[in-house]
Amino acid sequence: MKNCEYQQIDPRALSVSPMSAQNRAEMKAQRSRRKWEVFPGKNRFFCDGRIIVARQSGVLPLTLGLIVVTCGLFFAFDCPFLVEHLTVFIPVIGGVLFLFAVISLLRTSFTDPGILPRATPEEAADIEKQIDTSGSSTYRPPPRTKEILINQQVVKLKYCFTCKMFRPPRTSHCSLCDNCVERFDHHCPWVGNCVGKRNYRFFYSFIISLSFLTSFIFGCVVTHITLRSQEGKSLIQAIQESPLVICFFSIWSILGLSGFHTYLVASNLTTNEDIKGSWSSKRCTEESGNPYSYNNIITNCCVTLCGPMPPSLIDRRGFVPLVEASPAASATEIELPPFLAKNDSNMCTRSTKDVLARMVHAFDSRGLCPPGTPKTTPVGVEVSSSPSAGCPLFSRSSRKRDSLHSSNPAFRLASPSPSLSRNTMILGEGPDVGFIPIP
Amino acid sequence: MKLERRYACAPASDRIPSTMAETHSLQDLRQPAVSSKVFVQRDYGSGTISKFQTKFPSELESRLDKQQFDETIQTLNNLYAEAEKLGGKSYLEGCLACLTAYTIFLCMETHYEKVLKKISRYIKDQNEKIYAPRGLLLTDPIERGLRVVEITIYEDRSIGSGR
Repeated sequence: MKNCEYQQIDPRALSVSPMSAQNRAEMKAQRSRRKWEVFPGKNRFFCDGRIIVARQSGVLPLTLGLIVVTCGLFFAFDCPFLVEHLTVFIPVIGGVLFLFAVISLLRTSFTDPGILPRATPEEAADIEKQIDTSGSSTYRPPPRTKEILINQQVVKLKYCFTCKMFRPPRTSHCSLCDNCVERFDHHCPWVGNCVGKRNYRFFYSFIISLSFLTSFIFGCVVTHITLRSQEGKSLIQAIQESPLVICFFSIWSILGLSGFHTYLVASNLTTNEDIKGSWSSKRCTEESGNPYSYNNIITNCCVTLCGPMPPSLIDRRGFVPLVEASPAASATEIELPPFLAKNDSNMCTRSTKDVLARMVHAFDSRGLCPPGTPKTTPVGVEVSSSPSAGCPLFSRSSRKRDSLHSSNPAFRLASPSPSLSRNTMILGEGPDVGFIPIP
Repeated sequence: MKLERRYACAPASDRIPSTMAETHSLQDLRQPAVSSKVFVQRDYGSGTISKFQTKFPSELESRLDKQQFDETIQTLNNLYAEAEKLGGKSYLEGCLACLTAYTIFLCMETHYEKVLKKISRYIKDQNEKIYAPRGLLLTDPIERGLRVVEITIYEDRSIGSGR
């Protein structure tokens, strides 16, 4: 009781391990870690996880800049003239449209598009067990698909090697963000984020309001120029002062895009499906169409745009459950597969070893798994400066060890080496696995 | 307790090399160990709505009645259907949100979120009444990205302390 290290274990506690004072302090520092900090995808988070954007913000600042500049020029040069000659409602309408467009844009950019959290190690192992492999001798396992029936139509579900799960229907893996996104439409660089199930309605309202805004500004500017030229002022001067040029070039593409997306909404399709021609009659041999469509334009529109708002599945602001730190000595026992070590930088390898060591202890000594266990097993490892980047390799390795040690020996015996070797094989693919473009 | 302490009081120098082995035996003594996990997958037969398969997993045969399991899963499916129901109320909520440029979501809880709370209360209730007494634990599907219903099977404590 007095001087045994193990005494610090509280049988009732979930995270248990002998801890030195230093480790305990480290744990206290780790205590407030949120799930977004250990998120495996390539996203960036702001405001303590409230705002999520893709790794590259793309052209979002440019989009915002263009909108603000165009409207600014409009309000500065055209409005005074038009208020005088026409009506005071012109700037009011312009202002409302501008606000609507900007708010929709920001909502689209900063909302989680419907990212699916990656499978936990146990889930991945379970799926492995269910897949019938014939012991292929090649290093890369064959692409895995599963066929299911949706509304009496055969749909193929593909296995995602990065997220270690069969993708639900209409889900696709975005290679830029390194996430599987539900009802994946496309990754929009203008908006700096993927467009998926949760933010499609924001995206659609953005392009519609932007179409109205640009058409409105274009119309007002043309009116302005016409009125001015009637008054005998210089036409060239009037044009130079107006936002006409920006509007003129953008209006056609925006109107075109709005028209295209209106068609997609009406037929309950995604851009991804439309481009691949998944449900086109040329590709399908028998009479079949989109199994997700309600065959009614109004219902399709209502479902896509006004349906219930699905929740975010990644729980960015939840807390990562505590994992105890492990003595560095035990890390040396754990050997990394050579292909992983090769690909890692030195720091990554060291962190991987730490994580593996900790995971061994975490799962050995943890009894009840709290429901809040995150899909990525956490940890006190130093994550690189952009928290979202983390180190995708190390989280994969840690997951491998989790499946080895996540349970009691009795269970390990029940699911022996085949699953281990399969896991090894998958991880052997290294970082390129997640991005297999599936035709 | 005393038995635990005897194992626990191994000198630190001996501990490190055989940590894994020792923590395993410690684990067996102290807390119910996770024996295995069963995953109830999604049923996509009706499209992308949240629905789970009602097929009874064979690993649970010794612990749970098929009927109880069916009832739990069916209730969950019904609750998710209620959350995702398309009807006047959800359309109204959607239109209102659209008119306010979706800023209303920042202050108001959506219907889906309300039902999710109901679901987690139901799961907690089921765990307390039915699953925990049988050494099982249901995990709320929302914590697994609505992909699976994870049922953790705990080793029966009375079986013994050894491996």
